[in-house]
This record gives sequence, C-alpha cells and structure tokens, in this order.
Amino acid sequence: MATEAARARPDRPSFVLWDWLRQNLFNNWYNSVISVVILVVVFQAVSGFVGWALTAPGWSAAITNLKVLTTWTYPTDQVWRPALAVWIVALLLGLSGGVWRGIPQTLAIGFGVIMLILGVLAFALPPATTPLPVSGTFFLLISGVTTGVGYGLGLRVGEPLRWPLVISWVLVYPVAVLIIRGVGGPLPEVPTNLWGGLMLTMLLSISGIVLSFPLGVLLALGRRSNLPVVKWFCIIYIEFIRGVPLVTVLYMGSLMLPLFLPSEIRIDGVIRAMVAVTLFSAAYLAENVRGGLQSLPKGQAEAARALGLNTVQTTLLITLPQALRAVIPVLVGQFIGLFKDTSLVVIVGLVDLLGAAQNVVGQPQWLGTPGGVWRETFLVIALVYWIFSFTMSRTSKTIEENLSVGHR
Amino acid sequence: MSGQTDQDGDIIICENVNKWYGEYHALREVTTTVKKGEVVVIFGPSGSGKSTFIRTINRLEEHQEGKIIVDGIEMTNDIRNIDTIRRETGMVFQQFNLFPHLKVIQNVTLAPIWVRKKTRKESEVKALELLERVGIKEQAQKFPGQLSGGQQQRVAIARALAMEPRIMLFDEPTSALDPEMIKEVLDVMKELARSGMTMLCVTHEMAFAREVADRMIFMDRGQIVEEGTPEQIFSAPRHERTKLFLSQIL
Repeated sequence: MATEAARARPDRPSFVLWDWLRQNLFNNWYNSVISVVILVVVFQAVSGFVGWALTAPGWSAAITNLKVLTTWTYPTDQVWRPALAVWIVALLLGLSGGVWRGIPQTLAIGFGVIMLILGVLAFALPPATTPLPVSGTFFLLISGVTTGVGYGLGLRVGEPLRWPLVISWVLVYPVAVLIIRGVGGPLPEVPTNLWGGLMLTMLLSISGIVLSFPLGVLLALGRRSNLPVVKWFCIIYIEFIRGVPLVTVLYMGSLMLPLFLPSEIRIDGVIRAMVAVTLFSAAYLAENVRGGLQSLPKGQAEAARALGLNTVQTTLLITLPQALRAVIPVLVGQFIGLFKDTSLVVIVGLVDLLGAAQNVVGQPQWLGTPGGVWRETFLVIALVYWIFSFTMSRTSKTIEENLSVGHR
Repeated sequence: MSGQTDQDGDIIICENVNKWYGEYHALREVTTTVKKGEVVVIFGPSGSGKSTFIRTINRLEEHQEGKIIVDGIEMTNDIRNIDTIRRETGMVFQQFNLFPHLKVIQNVTLAPIWVRKKTRKESEVKALELLERVGIKEQAQKFPGQLSGGQQQRVAIARALAMEPRIMLFDEPTSALDPEMIKEVLDVMKELARSGMTMLCVTHEMAFAREVADRMIFMDRGQIVEEGTPEQIFSAPRHERTKLFLSQIL
C-alpha cells in the first residue's frame, strides 16, 4: 500500500491564485463570511490610515524638531560632538563590515544605505526650527559616506585591522561619552542635565547591555557556586531585583540614594540611571543564563572534568559557551526589552527619546494644528524604536543560524 | 608521586570501598586490584553498581569509606590528587559526551592544550595521529553532530587517548550504539587492549570479553560477587547469580 501511495503522489501542483484563495479563505460558507468581513475591515483600516498619513498636517513637528528629538537641550553650537561620535561609530562599523563580512557587513550596508537615503530625502524637508552648525542633511550624508569609506578600507586592508578594530570597539563607548561630555579646552564640559533625546536612549541602552551582560553571567555562575556566601548573595540579589519593578529601582537610584549618601557626594543623574538599568537587567540576564546552564546534559561537565580540566576551564571552555549559545534568542529579547524600558527614565526627570517627543507635542506653535501633532510625532518615535528593535532581532536570528552549523 | 606503581605492578588498588546515595548502599566493600596492562571487564545486572564503581576511580563519584589508590596516589579530598589521577585516567562514556560546539580536532586537542600545556601545533599533529588510529582522520574538521554514533564514540576514545593516560575507563561504550556500529568501536578497543593499555570496561559485549579480557568481574547489588578469567566465568561460574545472569544474556 505504502509504495502505491508513494507512486500515486502527484508532482507539486503549480501555484494558482484562485485555488489558493478557495482552499484557504473560501473553503466553506462560514469561512467565506469571515474572510469577507475581515477583508472589509482591513481595507477600511489601511485606506483610512494611508489617507490620513498623506494629508496629516503634523509631520513637520517631528521633522523641524530633529535636534530636540535627537539631543534634547544639548547646546546647539556643540551638537557637532554627538555627531562626531556617530561618525566614529559609522567608520568602525564600515571597517568591521569590510574586514569580517557576514553580520557586520549586513549591519554596515544597512546603516550606510539608510543614512544616505534619509540624507537625500532631507533636501526636500523644511528647515529645522533652530539653525545648527551641523545640519541634519549634512550629518546624515557624512554618516553614510563615512560608513562607505570604512567599508572600502576594510575590504582593502582586511586581516591586519582585526585586533585594532576589536580594541577600538572596546574603547569607542568611553571615548564617545568623553566627546559628548567634554574635557575642557576645545571640548567645554556639557553637564548631563542637558543631555537627552535619542542620544540618551542610546547611551543608556548600550551601557545597560554591555555592562549587564558580564554582571549577569557572573551572577548566574555565582548562583550555582558551591560556596554558600557567594551563592546566597547571588540568590538574594537576583530574587530581590526580580521582585520589584524597574521604576522602583530607578526611584531608589535617583531619589533615595542621595538621601543616604553624605551631601558632598553627588552622583550624576545619568550615571545613576545607567547603574539602575544595568543592575536591573543583570538580575534577569542571570536567570536566563542559568536556564542555559541547566539545559546542558550533565555529561558535558563530567567529560571535561574527566579530561583533567579544572572548574574554571570547564566553565569557560565547555559549559558557558554552550549555555550562552542556547539562550541567544532569550538574551536578545531581553536586550530589546531593556532598550524600550529606558523610556521609563522620564519618571526620574531624564528626557529620553520618548520624553523629548512628549515635549515636542506640547510646543505652543502646534496649538493651532487641528487635532494636535501627537499622532504623527509618536508614529515617528515608534518607527525609530522599531528600526532598532527589529535590527537586533534579525541580527540575533542570523547569529543563531550561523552558530547552529553542524550542531545536533 | 605520579607514574609510580607498586612493586608487584598494581596500578589500581581498591580496599573495602563503600558508597551510599542517601540510604541506598550503592557499593559494598568493593575490594580488587588491577595490574598494569590488565584488561578487566566488569559486568552485571542494571543497578548493580558497576558504573558507579568505575566512576569512583576518577572521582566522578565520591566514595565514603575505604581506600582507592590509582597509580600510587591515594584518592582523597585533596583536589591536586584528584586532578593528577584524572590526568592519568581516560574515560569513555555511554553517551559519548563530545563537546558539540567544538570541531572533532578541537575536541581532541582541548585537554592537551589546556591541561598538559602543549602547543596547538604539537597537539594537532598528535590528534591527527590518534584520529587516524581510530580510523576517522578525514572527519577532523567536522562537528560531532555531523558524525554517526560509532564515529562519535571513536572520537571520544581518541580524545581520552590524547592525554596519554595510563588507564582507560569505559562506561558501557557500546550501549547507546546501533548494532551495525558496535563492531567499529569494539575493534578500536581490541587494538588498544593489545597495545598494552590498562583497561577497565563496563560492558555486556561477552564476545569482546572472551577475546581480550584478562579478568572478568561480576557485580550484583553493589558487591563483587565473583571474579576470574573469561574461561572460568563462562565455563564454570561458581555462584548461582552469575550462572543465572549469564544464562539470561548469552
């Protein structure tokens, strides 16, 4: 029977739109009714949205306030400094794309192309409300070109650039913060209470991700330690942080901590927020990593120990690499969550991208706009959040696929 | 300390070894010695303590009473002694336990590089020799997940041999294999036995035992019931339990 069935199996049928519709949407009367209703609703919603989007009066609010949304109250004549930080990152990204290909190449090309397209589009846009030394158009075009130059250079030089690039990536964050904050002389200090917008969102997210990762891994290992003091410290820390909302941790860091510290010691508000976000994220990350460690068969550690590797070697060479691989999707999911959670810093008086958008919406010059400008402005913000989150999500998927080659 | 054997050539000495899992008495007064170059097959029903026993010899399981001396070093809680003994003993597991994130060649060179502190080049040359010896040199650049069970187990043997151990422990090395792959693993083990390696094998491959074992140990309920040469065990077992068990598996 089985062989006959196999012989009778037809070739894959060619795709016919009508057949597909009939099989999937109209295969009986009630499915047909449901399909028609849904199609009508979807059509209404899409056409309504497109019609509104094309005629909406409020798009210029976001566009003329790009400076506010990206850097908030950062001094206008110093805006070239965050721009310079972005150009440095663009150059590194381009170089990495050329040297390593693969994922960095996709990211570099994506970033460069988006910047160039936006830069060209920007010629058609109304000018910003405040004249800047670095115009948006100029900034976008330079970012795109820098990425391209880096990419070309990376392709040409290749191999010898690897180690310098790795070191540069480690140093780029502190250097960027120094450029933005200033050290005196040609770079006068800009106090952090003037920082904000997308710049602050990025700084908080990057420091949160980069610092909470090692901290979380250490907590996860500590929780599995045989030393009771280490183990209990980690358990109490993790369970305490996981038991309170991020808002509470931010309040603790921003409002309570100064009360406990002597009045001479003033810790900067942005740094307190960075620390709070990092400490919060590390607790969740620790549990995710612990999940990965527990998913490994016991035989892996046994085999390593039987070969004579000590505990540290077994962890670093055998269990941790496999555990981290297993939890990449979860970790990236958590990083995406962290990126979006940074918008909660509005509560402790910092103005991130979302906070800046709220402020733009409330500007008096839009009072005359029918219906206000909040829909358009928040849509632009949502698109920015989406681009970053989607990039992280796709990158994680690619990493997963690359690593899974030849596994199990 | 290491590398010393007793004058009469005993490389493993176990005296009155006892182990409990909670209330459960897993090993009872296990006493035996293994001479250098001897091939010992340990067999017995499931739950008889045979795996637990060979796992106490490299301290994957801790014994609570009695004495285990491996290669002149007594197994104590001293971590240095344990590490020395683990360097001298190679182990092959039922489930292979290869490292899936490392290539075959990296699986084999890992311990020599990190434990014996050899150079990568030296270790790779040696690893390729060993992979050739177990007949899978051409798979060196693959990941374990791309190999068949029999090939994986042969890599596991090469990985253990790369540490140049004086003793090899096999914990049911063929139990997880499809029937057609058992022979290729047993052939490697036979070759190893003939080369003079001291081997302790927990296995039910009685043809293998008859062919290469110098001595067989029958365990039941945590005890050594009987030991002797394959001829004695197969033709004239002294205990009823041994007779019964052999009649069930042969």
